[in-house]
Amino acid sequence: MTVSELIDSNEFSIINTGADTQRDISCVFCCDMLSIAMSRAPSGCAWVTVMGNINTLAVASLCDAACIILAEGVCLDPNASQKAVEKGITVLASDRPIFDTALIIHDKLK
Amino acid sequence: MDDTIKLEYTVSGDDFTRAGEASSNLKNVLRQIGAPPDITRRVSIAMYEGEINMVIHANGGTITVLISPESIKMILKDQGPGIPDIDKAMQAGYSTAPDDIRTLGFGAGMGLPNMKKYTDDMQIETELGVGTTVTMVVNLPAAVLQ
Repeated sequence: MTVSELIDSNEFSIINTGADTQRDISCVFCCDMLSIAMSRAPSGCAWVTVMGNINTLAVASLCDAACIILAEGVCLDPNASQKAVEKGITVLASDRPIFDTALIIHDKLK
Repeated sequence: MDDTIKLEYTVSGDDFTRAGEASSNLKNVLRQIGAPPDITRRVSIAMYEGEINMVIHANGGTITVLISPESIKMILKDQGPGIPDIDKAMQAGYSTAPDDIRTLGFGAGMGLPNMKKYTDDMQIETELGVGTTVTMVVNLPAAVLQ
C-alpha cells in the first residue's frame, strides 16, 4: 500500500500531504519515545505516535519513515506543522487509540 | 589531492525547534554524493542523537564532519559540564535528562548507546567542567564514494 492509498482510504484526517505519496509503506511502527523510535523505526514505516512536536518530524525524516499517523486526537503544534510542510512529510491523524490506529493500517497492508 | 569533504555546524543550546538541522543537512549531503542508504541512515541517527545530547546537556556546541572515500567521521565538541561516569552513561536506559525533556520524547537513556550501535567506532573524551568531545566513525565500503 502506498502513502497515497492510505490517504485515500479516508480512515484518517490529513494534517499534511507530503512530497512522496507514491511511496510504499513497509510496515506499521508504534513508539512515543523518540530515541527508541530513532533506533528502531524501519525505513518506509507508517509511524503511529502521540508525540506531535517538531522533533517527531526530525526523527521521521532521519529514519526515513513513509508517513506519521498521530493517534488519540493529537495534533501537531505550529512549529511541527511548518516543519512537516518544509520537509514534505505526510502526517495523518486519528481520534482512535494507538493500537486501533495501527491495526487499521496493518490490516490494509495484508 | 585531498579528497576529504569538511562540513562544520554550530548547534544552539536549548533550542529544540532547530535541533536536528545539522543531521538533516548532513543527510542531504550524503544523499547528494551517493552514499548508500543504510550508511546514510546510520550516520543520520548517530549524528542526531549526538546533536540532541548537545542541546539537552551541554548548551550546544560545534560539529565537524569529515567525509573521505574511506569513512565518515563526526566530531561533536561541547563546553558543557562533562560526563561524570561514562560507563553509566553508556548503559541503555540510564539518563540524566530533566523531566521537561522527557515530555518532548527524549531522555530514554538511548542516546549514547544508539550512537555506539550505529557507528563503527566511537570515542568519548570528557572533563568535568570543561566539556566533552565525541568522535564517531562510520566506515564506507570500498569505492562507494568517488
